[in-house]
Amino acid sequence: MMDHELMLSDTLKDIKPSGIRKFFDLLADMGDVTALTVGQPDFVTPWHIREAAIQSLERGHTYYTSNSGLPELRGEVTKYMKRRFSLDYSPEEVLITVGGSEAIDVAVRALVNPGDEVIIPMPSFVCYEPIARMAGATPVIINTRAENGFKLTADELRAAITPKTKLLVLPYPNNPTGAILDRDELEALADVIRDTNIAILSDEIYAELTFGKTHVSIASIDGMRERTIIASGFSKAYAMTGWRLGYLIAPKTWIKQMTKLHQYAIMCAPTVSQFAAVEALKNGDEDIAEMRAEYNRRRVFIAEGLREIGLPVMMPEGAFYIYPYIGGFGLTSEEFCQRLLMEEKCAIVPGTAFGECGEGYARISYAYSVKHISEALEKIKRFVDKLK
Amino acid sequence: MEKLLKLLENDATLTPKELALMLSKEEGDIKDMIRRLEKDGVILGYQAIIDWDKTEKETVTALIEVKVMPQRDDGFDKIAEKIQNYPEIKGLYLMSGGFDFTVLIEGRTMKEVAYFVARKLAPIEFVTATATHFVLKTYKYNGVIYNSPKKDLRESDSI
Repeated sequence: MMDHELMLSDTLKDIKPSGIRKFFDLLADMGDVTALTVGQPDFVTPWHIREAAIQSLERGHTYYTSNSGLPELRGEVTKYMKRRFSLDYSPEEVLITVGGSEAIDVAVRALVNPGDEVIIPMPSFVCYEPIARMAGATPVIINTRAENGFKLTADELRAAITPKTKLLVLPYPNNPTGAILDRDELEALADVIRDTNIAILSDEIYAELTFGKTHVSIASIDGMRERTIIASGFSKAYAMTGWRLGYLIAPKTWIKQMTKLHQYAIMCAPTVSQFAAVEALKNGDEDIAEMRAEYNRRRVFIAEGLREIGLPVMMPEGAFYIYPYIGGFGLTSEEFCQRLLMEEKCAIVPGTAFGECGEGYARISYAYSVKHISEALEKIKRFVDKLK
Repeated sequence: MEKLLKLLENDATLTPKELALMLSKEEGDIKDMIRRLEKDGVILGYQAIIDWDKTEKETVTALIEVKVMPQRDDGFDKIAEKIQNYPEIKGLYLMSGGFDFTVLIEGRTMKEVAYFVARKLAPIEFVTATATHFVLKTYKYNGVIYNSPKKDLRESDSI
């Protein structure tokens, strides 16, 4: 009898399963729950984008594209980067991937050697650490602080750098905190990194969802373009999560090697999604603006609602999450969220799902209608009043 | 102002408090704005969009093309005034093209609607011809798709 456990990769086995699984299993069994958990837009992909996909199928575009993606799409990505973020890139510096997730995986694996250190500010999205570990790298976690608005500071960065540092992950606009980095804050980080050989993986999947300010990419800071890999995609901006389409932007030499990885693992991103994405980039700017305006209204609504309940909260400036402090009741984040779920049938995600430093916090998604958010806030209020 | 109207047009059940938060305004200001819009006749009413086919109530809707002889001086308005007051009539539009008015009418049965056209609408002075088209099925009305899924299709257990 084969010992299946024994056969598995040691590195993989050592990776902790996402701590949130237990909570989500509970949630899945509960049935009728007012959830504020999902990390994806509640909008359906705009019709003209879906229509372009349908048309591509009708025309028989059912082949593989070139490994790096449709030339037209790569061209549109460069035009978009120029139009929105004043960044100059050529199509040879773009690789179309299966979502932002593959982009992150490919970027990390293309750069790190075993033993290299990858700096990961937390709280942040759950994938960076396991991906770094699978690539044989050593994750170096920086726990960002509430008093800094969960922004990575130059001092924290400086303290984390060693001769082995290969890569800095820059997860802003941030999931789960909603923090973004302004130009001066990016300048300060750039000053720390400018004379090093450290590369930056800037996860800009939420770049379109900033409120009152336009997203600034670290690539636009002096001396940073040559070392920056931008990972982004269509999921959040265009409500296209299920299409699984993203991209990497990086110096040509890196893209060439990344394409190798992508080619052997994936072949190419789904062709139908690529045609949809061309339409999104060509004619989707207004859709983004409309959805952003709607998220913004919900953001103000939920922030005010949480404050009224008495939960301290930082006003998020990006993404569609809010990250209140729930630690004042003698419960761990997980206990708080579990009891809220059991007692009020309302689901939010414990902050610890996004790193140990998430203890005391919870992530609430506001990718829901105002009515739904209203209903959830009532439940949270009832629960918090009971705890007080 | 336009934003407020758009929000209400989309969901008239939003409370002044919710609207105030969504538009970063004071609740009192929102109430004042709404009151003024109502007074000025910009906001004319608040209604629910109902799929009557999902209820016991029998109802048919018809769209009637009406041709008339326009009147000197008063044009079409005088005739419209004669038509619009019947409670059975849900909508009345002056049209360009091959006929003059579109009348949207609701009744319990086709027979009832046919009677109304024959006895009330057609005899109105200056009405020269009518053509009745019954609605067989409503797919979308006022921006609302009738049979779109009401359930949140997203799985709530993924990050």
